[in-house]
Amino acid sequence: MFRISLRSPLRIVRPSAPAALAASRLVAARRFLSDDARAQIQKAVTASPMVLFMKGTPEYPECGFSRAAIQILNLHGVPADKLKTYNVLEDSELRSGIKEFSEWPTIPQLYVKGEFIGGCDILLGMHQSGELEDLLVKSDIIPQVEEASAAPSS
Amino acid sequence: MLLRNLCSAFRTFSTMASSGPVEASIRSKLTTLLRPSSLIISNDSWQHRHHAAMRAQNGGSGETHFSVEVVSSEFEGKTTIQRHRMVHAALSGEFTQGLHSLSLKTRTPSEVQPMSPGSH
Repeated sequence: MFRISLRSPLRIVRPSAPAALAASRLVAARRFLSDDARAQIQKAVTASPMVLFMKGTPEYPECGFSRAAIQILNLHGVPADKLKTYNVLEDSELRSGIKEFSEWPTIPQLYVKGEFIGGCDILLGMHQSGELEDLLVKSDIIPQVEEASAAPSS
Repeated sequence: MLLRNLCSAFRTFSTMASSGPVEASIRSKLTTLLRPSSLIISNDSWQHRHHAAMRAQNGGSGETHFSVEVVSSEFEGKTTIQRHRMVHAALSGEFTQGLHSLSLKTRTPSEVQPMSPGSH
């Protein structure tokens, strides 16, 4: 009873049942995010129009999935000043904290305008469907391209 | 394009590893949850055995990195994020016990229709 009342203010309230289920299980399995840590991560995800939590750096990614995420963003010409990356390998607290914050168990994790977009698979899927470009344009991260780009990527 | 080729190359080689208890557990949980019309699980762990995180676990259990391609009508009407969260929730136990990476393709039966030739 006491434990539950302690826990409840730290839980993220989400509408969908599977997410809530995932959250409760993740919370049960990991140490709780302190309010302070949560506030810091909230600040981090909104630090730039686009924020990527990754392993390594854009110049030296230390995981194939993080590398793929960076390659996709590069393909779309995301300017450096619109993208902030955090290397979770340099900060173990951030590494576990961001997983709990996003209710997402893996890295990389992409945020656009403070909103969780997804991991590598979702980014790749959005890239292939064209959704990513739409999102980047809509979020003023890249300019609108007039004609459909048929140029091969080099 | 490069990415796509890379991914399919990964997939071709990933079937080389033999299946273990984590893979069996993933298969059983996803089968129960999703009653999938197709479920392909590949163990990609061998590609990641030199990672720092895997070295810390004595080279990993050999069951740390998986790719899952699942087709289920349970995904109908759900966004990709919601679909992935369903799978993550089902496998939260595996994640806490050392599952490190899970690459997902989650489609409904109607999304599996092959692209018509010459459509692009």
